[in-house]
Amino acid sequence: MTPVVHVAALRKTYVLGEGRVEALRGVDLTLQPGEFVAVMGPSGSGKSTFMHIVGLLDTPSAGTYAFEGSDVSHLSSDARADIRGRRLGFVFQAYNLLPRTSALDNVELPMVYAGVHEAERRRIALEKLELVGIQHLAAHNSNQMSGGQQQRVAIARSLVNDPGLILADEPTGALDTKSSQDIMRLFTRLNEEQGMTVMLVTHEPEVAAYARRIVTFRDGLITGDVLNERRAA
Amino acid sequence: MTIKATVALALAALVRNKARSLLTMLGIVIGVAAVIVTVAIGVGARTSVQQSINSLGSNLIVVQPGSVTQTGARGGFGTASTLTPDDGLALAKLPGVAAVSPLVSLRTQVVAGQNNWQTTIAGVAPTYTFVRSWGIDQGRFFNDSDVASASKVAVLGQTVITELFPNGDSPLGQTVIIKGVPYTVIGTLTALGQSGMGQDQDDTVLVPYTSAMQRLTGLPTVNSLMISANNADAIDPVQASITQLLEQRHRIVPPESDDFQVRNLQSIAQAASQTGTIMELLLAGVAAVSLIVGGIGIMNIMLVSVTERTREIGLRMSVGARAATILRQFLAESIVLSTIGGCIGVLAGGIGTLLVAWLTHWPTAIPPQWVLASVAFSAMVGIFFGYYPARQAAQLDPIEALRFE
Repeated sequence: MTPVVHVAALRKTYVLGEGRVEALRGVDLTLQPGEFVAVMGPSGSGKSTFMHIVGLLDTPSAGTYAFEGSDVSHLSSDARADIRGRRLGFVFQAYNLLPRTSALDNVELPMVYAGVHEAERRRIALEKLELVGIQHLAAHNSNQMSGGQQQRVAIARSLVNDPGLILADEPTGALDTKSSQDIMRLFTRLNEEQGMTVMLVTHEPEVAAYARRIVTFRDGLITGDVLNERRAA
Repeated sequence: MTIKATVALALAALVRNKARSLLTMLGIVIGVAAVIVTVAIGVGARTSVQQSINSLGSNLIVVQPGSVTQTGARGGFGTASTLTPDDGLALAKLPGVAAVSPLVSLRTQVVAGQNNWQTTIAGVAPTYTFVRSWGIDQGRFFNDSDVASASKVAVLGQTVITELFPNGDSPLGQTVIIKGVPYTVIGTLTALGQSGMGQDQDDTVLVPYTSAMQRLTGLPTVNSLMISANNADAIDPVQASITQLLEQRHRIVPPESDDFQVRNLQSIAQAASQTGTIMELLLAGVAAVSLIVGGIGIMNIMLVSVTERTREIGLRMSVGARAATILRQFLAESIVLSTIGGCIGVLAGGIGTLLVAWLTHWPTAIPPQWVLASVAFSAMVGIFFGYYPARQAAQLDPIEALRFE
């Protein structure tokens, strides 16, 4: 099977004034379809940089990155935007929904940029809202919803293009324990029932506990890569 | 992405911030409304001046007596009595001249039965209706034999009819008494309305000039000669030959100054329309300035908007929007804003114009090309002032934008 993500000797160096910051110092990782991996590590460990490169929001300084079998290490920003829109789904800590906009319109947004026809957009958006269990909130504005509901809208939004990979950056960081559990169960269900490949970035062990594989970053290197035997449910 | 989808996104973003969008538009709205109102008044005034000048007759040339000098005091044009009907007959033979009519005018009272009215009596030739492009409403105009016999026949203007025959009786065949002389009404004139100077042109009674000279003024001279040139191009040469012929007939040798003055209405009309054009250019300048100020307002708000929506832009980029798409979207927002502002401005200007017309009774006219031009210019303002903020948005780094607090 073609790996969803395959990175080899990945490096990222930032130049900050006089100094250089080596955020990633040679990272190798392969992600197979259907995996649910948690990326952990303290702040400054390089896990965010890694997620940005994997999410094609950033480019590596050295090394290679193959996404779904094709080399994407040196793509133009337009080409990366197109892949983000068609093959990747993002979930952020702060939900990042458009304010004063209905859940439905929020979920449709990626399809607007991908040029999907209006009726088709509506159909898919409703389908994904149903999948995350909030189809009854389709017409509600994002600011009329609880944090957990907003994050569900964001997850539905990440699903509309049937992505090869969902990248979730601290998706429960702004939620209470109960909502956090709900959201993590939703990710588990999407992974198990829909076969979605999920990469979760977090620094909370309780959140990472839902993943099947846990990758730990420290000082720009992967220091741990283990299967999670005792998954939370 | 299609233009429709881009505009739809822009509209959605604008609707999300209704109050701000409306306030941003305000500059353009006021600018365009001001342009429309000022242009409507300017063009209306110009058109009415033009119309009243045209209503005086096509290709009209007027000869008036010059000034008379009494003990060193010069009396101004028209004070001398030098023009005679014979001058008119001589001028009629000049090439390029279509018709000539002398004009003898006096202000006096006209009586019909119980009613009387102070009006202007004009003694003219049968050619007068042609020279002034004036039509006959009822009855007939007097002819050459009426002139030859100095007949006591009169043709009435509409205002005089209303004043002397308020019951609506037909004035035809009735007798009106002018300076004690009974005249028979043989015809009525069509309504001409106000002249450029605000004078009621229909407040007049026309009689044969011979009749006016013999029975009413008792003078051998006329007040002016009205000449109609064959066409607009003939006006200048005809004017020159009139001057030459009259100088000859009046035995005026340079450096002696002419005892008459030749004027043509075309040149007056041209001067008036030139003034109008200058006014319109000035207005256009003011309009451009006000629209540019409106545009700067749009740029300001769009820059604020880009900063405020940094995270939204980051999100849009992360879900697949290219930099160019973001640029187009923000550009579309400012164009939509300024164009809608322009349209509202046109509407407001239209209402303002109606209001001005209703309150002041000034003639107004909104030329459609100005409406189109103001909306088009508003759209251009949107493009020009929206480009910089849109580029700022498009150049954002998605990671930085997503992190922005």
